[in-house]
Formats: sequence, structure tokens, C-alpha cells
Amino acid sequence: MSITDMTAVQLAEAIRAGRTTAVEATEAVLTRIEAQDKIYNCYVTVDADGALAQAKEAQARIEAGELTGALAGVPVAIKDNMCTEGMLTTCSSKILYNFVPAYTAEAVLNLRKAGAIILGKTNMDEFAMGSTTETSAFGVTRNPWNTDHVPGGSSGGSAAAVAADECFYALGSDTGGSIRQPAAYCGTVGMKPTYGTVSRYGLIAYGSSLDQIGPLTKDVTDCAAVLEAIASHDEKDSTSVAREDTDFTAALIDDVKDMRIGIPNDYFGDGLDGEVKEAVLAAAKALEERGAVVEHFDLSLVEYAIPTYYTIAAAEASSNLERFDGIKYGYRTKDYAGLHNMYKRSRSEGFGEEVKRRIMLGSFVLSSGYYDAYYLKALRVKALIKKAFDEAFARYDVILGPVAPATAPKLGESLADPIKMYLGDIYTIAVNLAGLPGISLPCGTDRNGLPIGLQLIGDCFQEKKLIRTAYTYEKIRGAFPKTAKEVG
Amino acid sequence: MAKEYETVIGLEVHVELATKTKIFCGCSTAFGAEPNTQTCPVCTGMPGSLPVLNRQVLEYAISVGLATNCDITRYAKFDRKNYFYPDNPQNYQISQLYLPICKNGGVEIETEAGGVKTVGIHEIHMEEDAGKLIHDEWEDCSLVDYNRSGVPLIEIVSEPDMRSAEEVIAYLEKLRLIIQYLGASDCKLQEGSMRADVNLSVREAGATEFGTRTEMKNLNSFKAISRAIAGETERQIDLIESGEKVVQETRRWDDAKGESYAMRSKEDAQDYRYFPDPDLVPIAVSDEMIAQIKARQPEFRTEKMKRYKEEFGIPDYDIEIITASKHMADIFEAATAICGQPKKVSNWLMVETLRLMKEKEVDVEDLRFSPENLAKLIALTDAKAINSSVAKEVFEVMFEENVDPEKYVEEKGLKTVNDEGALRKTVEEVIAANPQSVEDYHNGKEKAIGFLVGQTMKAMKGKADPALVNRMLKELL
Repeated sequence: MSITDMTAVQLAEAIRAGRTTAVEATEAVLTRIEAQDKIYNCYVTVDADGALAQAKEAQARIEAGELTGALAGVPVAIKDNMCTEGMLTTCSSKILYNFVPAYTAEAVLNLRKAGAIILGKTNMDEFAMGSTTETSAFGVTRNPWNTDHVPGGSSGGSAAAVAADECFYALGSDTGGSIRQPAAYCGTVGMKPTYGTVSRYGLIAYGSSLDQIGPLTKDVTDCAAVLEAIASHDEKDSTSVAREDTDFTAALIDDVKDMRIGIPNDYFGDGLDGEVKEAVLAAAKALEERGAVVEHFDLSLVEYAIPTYYTIAAAEASSNLERFDGIKYGYRTKDYAGLHNMYKRSRSEGFGEEVKRRIMLGSFVLSSGYYDAYYLKALRVKALIKKAFDEAFARYDVILGPVAPATAPKLGESLADPIKMYLGDIYTIAVNLAGLPGISLPCGTDRNGLPIGLQLIGDCFQEKKLIRTAYTYEKIRGAFPKTAKEVG
Repeated sequence: MAKEYETVIGLEVHVELATKTKIFCGCSTAFGAEPNTQTCPVCTGMPGSLPVLNRQVLEYAISVGLATNCDITRYAKFDRKNYFYPDNPQNYQISQLYLPICKNGGVEIETEAGGVKTVGIHEIHMEEDAGKLIHDEWEDCSLVDYNRSGVPLIEIVSEPDMRSAEEVIAYLEKLRLIIQYLGASDCKLQEGSMRADVNLSVREAGATEFGTRTEMKNLNSFKAISRAIAGETERQIDLIESGEKVVQETRRWDDAKGESYAMRSKEDAQDYRYFPDPDLVPIAVSDEMIAQIKARQPEFRTEKMKRYKEEFGIPDYDIEIITASKHMADIFEAATAICGQPKKVSNWLMVETLRLMKEKEVDVEDLRFSPENLAKLIALTDAKAINSSVAKEVFEVMFEENVDPEKYVEEKGLKTVNDEGALRKTVEEVIAANPQSVEDYHNGKEKAIGFLVGQTMKAMKGKADPALVNRMLKELL
């Protein structure tokens, strides 16, 4: 087994045991990036020199016994919407093509404290708006399982980097499915924690009330270890929650006896691909055979999740993205006449189509005369959706369903029909609206050999139930096949 | 016959709160630092930064609300006001629209006729100040200083209850005094820590409907406010009389020219697309919090005046002047607490302090001498260590530089010579040098002794007790 085949936790163990070093691991992964990333384009920025310097320092501290954590010395990739001091942070947008932050996001700082080595920044849909990573200003990322297909999005670069062994794990962000869906498309594990579990300080906001940072990993064990490292109460984030139950690795238990699993009928209707349906229901069956209590039920309001999400997320985005004006940093148009013309031209030229579409949509739903009819109504529906989940979680520990209606589409198919692309978020979006945790893990492959994702949704602060269920399923399933290797 | 008109005025008053740090980050609010030295990712709107409410801002806002008889909102929120301008780093201002912290209050003012009327307060909300744009004519460019960005403000919105400039000034003075007493702000109009925008309309006397109003900005003193009200009233009446319509617009007052010009009309008013800020959690104000703030509310002027009368027995006029400024009242109370002589402290404030304030054009809020030093000065005079004219001289230096009078008197050698032996020599010299006066005195001209005392004091460079000199002269003559 080559070093880059290891999971994050396996690598850390190997380093601690002296079988390899952080420097060796970093060199191996950098070599792999060098060889493959021309094809996959997982990264916007690779900081090879910085990573090697961090690796040397980490190795010395591990040897000195100062650094002992489960992720010490393990190289990580960070989605390019998290601020990294001194390192380009673009959100895959032309408008931030030259932006170098003066500070580091809290979640990334937590990883640095745990001894992580930052390899670089991964590609994404521009400002996390999109489901394919095709809206990036820096080129599409290709799915390592089949380069004619998208890796999903918006954390497509992170998911593809994990799948292609171009990092040992990655951070993504999830506003409407942006971790879980690319994880599903790329055959990796991805988790969106309960809103407030991971600090948003330093995460460049898309939809502030929905955004949450989470891990993309090779297996459930890594997922628990990474979540444990990044979860923290941060006084710099007013929406951060002080939690005591963040020892997520304690939930890596191979047992689901009496776990009550609910399967929403609404998630298995028209529009769901037959092979996806079959694979997901087979996973439920496998868990039932291990002692879980599996029931089908009706989760109401599912059809309202998408319009509600696109109203709230776009409204917040329209305001969050106002600061990108060409005044203080980022792209400024060459020719302009006066202040407002400079704003208009910089923003028209700096933002891509999908971002502009959502800014316009968001500005519209907040505008005078429409606020009540759209934005306020969406907030009310959001509360009702949360209530529907509350009722479901009174009966079930975990809700089980697909991540996406189908496996990864081909490049170029989605952007042609944005409404269809938006509808693809139907199973992931409600989780963000209700602030819930959700995990995505592979449960099979389709006729084209593309991975299928299984989604488990928990009540607020019940990540441990998800981890336990996912870990048990992973044991039943066995090792998931790896992507075709050594493409280059 | 000329019609009678009535002016209807409402005010929007912005007050900069006296917190040490900004409303949503830990940067200092101190005035006058080098540009962009009191900034961080939050108050410069850097990507990914998040606001966290400074609790002191909330407490000040509630304390002002309680002192102005407002209802305190138990579930308040911050909203974003979206507009593009370079002094506004996020291109939205965090303010409150839907659920402001205080509502439905009011303060009583005295009218010219000597009556009392209530000016209603519609609401008080919290918000952040913007940065400052500096236009460099020479380089033909604009620069932004974000030191002021994120400095906490409250905006106090009155009802349209005022009918004259006098009522407006009375209302502003009342607000200023309440806020100064609370210590929530120094409320200096000139420095911009208190800013008032005047909403004004006119209507025919007796009409029940309001006329079309304008909003006047850039009013930096009470005098400017009075002049702007007079100017705008006249302008609107002229328009109506000539058959034209008043346009709802924002106008800027140019106090030097004594006229205003339109900044923007309602037609080009922006849609601010207000919505609750998702980065800040709603504010739940508990009964305990209100009770704690109430318990900490200071003694306000009316109570203070009553107590001064009972406790210190100083004249009503003195009480009036001293309590008109929290700062002066603080000096009075602290100095009195040290020396135990309220009348003497009051005298220093009423006579010398007021004289020097007028002469040197110093605002009461800028008085710099400490109560400790004033008490020391009183002790020096009581002990006859210095005489009253030396005391005045020392006080003037204290007024300017807050010197320690004990040290100052020592260093400058101003101590009164109370040693009769040392004095006797000078007194004898004065007698010898002024035979005419001596003769006048012996001839029964009592006044002549005054001249001799003056000559002795002059020779002593003022460092003598005139009463002692007087007694010695009489003995020697």
C-alpha cells in the first residue's frame, strides 16, 4: 500500500509509530498532485513549499512528543472559501483572484493546532453557488471516477482531491448540500454538522444562516476524527454553540441494534434514479438485518424546501456579496467613470453568471414590496420544515435516504438548465434549512461505475448517532472500491 | 391677510456611545488616532469576518431607553441596511429596523411660556458608525479611514412634537443631560458625538394634516440648528405662498452661508433591502437585566437638585448651574467630599470657573482641573498658606493645566509670609517710604491704611495675608 492510499487516521498512526514521516507523506501527496491535477484540477492553489515547511515542523514536534493528536502530521486540502493568512483565497471567483487574507479561519486554525499540514486550496463553484464545480472562474474540476463527469459541488475540488488521493482529507462547506452531494458523486464520506458546531469565522459567507463547514474524508473514522478537531465554541462567531459532546470518535461503534431509522417516502418518488433507489434501500435493509428498526414514513413539506432555500440563500448572498466592490481588495475594472460606474463594472466583470443570477434573485426578494411575500414567507416555511423534522425525530433516531436523485452528471449538462440543477438539491437542502447534521457515504456504484451516496440525517446535535450508523454500515459494506489510479 | 403658519419638527438624534471598544469587534473607539490603526477584519468588512455584539452597547441603549421612559423590547434584532458607499466597508450597515431596542418613550421639556410639554420618542435603535472619506484634491483621489467604522451609535427618533427652535433646543439639552448623566456619551455636537437631523414641515395654523417634510443634515451646533430651523421654515412658507409645493427631500445646511441645498429627493431614495442580520443572534432582554440596569441608573438632575438643597444648603442659582452639567456636578461632589466645604467649592465653580470658561471659551465638558486639586486649593486658602489673589492666580493655572496647587505654590514660592518678623521689615520700609500716607492716617483718614496695605502686598509680591498686614500697620503706626 502506498502512503497516499492511507486514510488520515492510518497515516497519523504510521507517523507516530515511525513507519513514515509527515515529510514523506507530504512529498508523496505533492508528487501525486503534480502528476494528476492537470487532469482533475482539484486545486486552485497548491502551496508545496509551505506544506513541506509545515511537515518538517510537525514531524519535529511529533518526535518531541508535543504533537500527539489523531491527525498530527496529516496533509489536508482546504476549500477555497476559507481564509488562510498569507495564502490566496479566491472562492473560485475572478473578483477575488488576487485576495490574500490577513487572518486564518477558525476551523483551519483548529486543524493547524491539531498538527495538520495545509497543502493548498481546492476548487469550488464560485462563492459556493452551484452543484457541479463548473461555475469556478478557474476551470472545472473533473470527477476522478470518470473525467467526463462533474465531481459535484460546490465542494467539488475537496471531494475530488480526497477521491484522487491528492490529500488525506479535506474541508468543505455545505449551504444546501455542498459537502454531501460532491462526497456522494466522488465516493467519499462527507458530513455537514449541526449549524453552530464549527465556527464560521473566516468562512466567506454565501448563506450565513445555512453555511456550515465540515469534513470530506476517505472513511467514517476519519470523518469523526476531523469533526472532533474542527468543532469548537468560538466567541468570534455569534452563532457558534458551546457543545460538550464533541468527542465524536467515541461514537465509532459497530452496532445499530434498536437504532430507529425512518425512511421518508417523499424521498423515493418520481425523479429518483432506479439504481440509486435500489442501492439506498439495500443499505437500509442491511442495517435492519443488524438490528436497526427501519420504518417508512411521510415527511411533509419536502416540495417546499427548494423554493424556500433559494429565497433565503439568495437573499443572504445578495447582501453578503456586497462587500466585493473593487474598493479594498480584489478585482477592479480598468475603465470607469465615477464611483458607481466603478462598482457596476467591477461587479459585472468580476462575478460569474450563476452568482449574478442569485444576487439578482436575492435583491428582488428583499426589495421593498416583495419582502413580506417572499423573504418573510420563506422564513415561515423554514420554521415549518424544522417542525416537520422535529416530529420525525420524535419517532426516529436517524432519517435515511439518497443524497441526490442520480449519480454525477456529465460536464456541461447541468448549467444549461439551472432549474433542473436546483431540483437536484431536493434531498440535501432541507437539512440546512432545519440546521440538522447530515452525512453522506458511498453505498454502491451505478451502471457507469459512478458512486452512489447514502444520506443519514440526524436531529440537532445528534452527530454521534449518524457516525455510529454510518460506521456500522461501512463495516457491513466493506472497503469501497477506489478510483482508477495513476491517470497521468 | 397673511396666513398664520405652524412649524412641525421631529428629530433624529445620533449619539456616539462612550464604550472603549467598537460595537461588533474589540477595536478601540479612541478619537484622533492615525488613520486605519484602530481596525481589524471585522470593522473593515474583510471576507469571512463576523460581528459579535458588545454587551456594553446594549446596556447603554437600554439605560437611555429607561431614562427616557421607553418600553424596552424583550426580543430585539439587528437588521442589515444595504447600500453601496466606500465608507461602509461591507456595503451594508448593521442597524435596527424591525425590532429596535426601545420604543414609545418621551421626555418633558419646559416651553417658552413656562409650561411643560412632553416630546414623544418613537424609538431608539443601535447601529454602527461608518468610516470617514478623505478627499485628496491634490492627488485627485479619495481615501478611507476605517477607525470610526463600527463605533457604536444609538439613534433616538422623536415624534413630530416640537413646534419651535426653542423647543428643539430644550429637547436636545434634555437628552444631552440625561445621556451625560448616564455616562453613555459626552454628547459633543461640534465633535460629532451627538448629531441631530431635523425633520421639518409647515402647515396652516389649526390644520390637522402634516405638510410635506424635509430632512436637514449637517447641523453642528445649537446655533446652527436654530438658524437652520428659521431658514427652512421661511423657505417652505415662501414656496407655499408662491403656489409651489414643498418637495420631500434631504437637504444639507451650510451654516456659513445661512442656507441649505437639496442632497437627494424621495424619488431617488434607495431601497435599503433591510432584513435581519443572520450573523447576529436575536437579543433576548431578561427581567434581571433590566432590573440590574435600573439599579445602576444614576441620580438624575431633578433628584440631584433636591439633594443639593437639602444636603449642601447652597443657593438655588448655584444648584441650577452646577447640575446643568454632569461633569461639573461630579467635580462639585468629589471636591466637597474631600474638603467638606460645599459653599467654598460652589463659589470656585460659580465665580472663577465660569469666568475663565467664558474668557477662554472652554466648554463645561472640557473642564480639566481635578476635584482633588480644587480641594487642595481650598485647604491652602483655609490654612492661610496663600491669600485669595494668589489663590485665583493658582486656580487659573489649574484651569489650564490641572497642576497640583500644593506643588505649584511650593515651586513658585507663592506661600504667604506669615512670619511677623519677616513681614515687619517690609512694613517698616513701606511706612518709611510713604510719609504722606502715614500723615493722612494720623489725620484720621482711615482709607490711607488701605494704600499702605496695598504697597506692602506689592512689595511682598502678594505673598502675605492682607489682614495680618493691616493689623501690623496699625500697631506700628
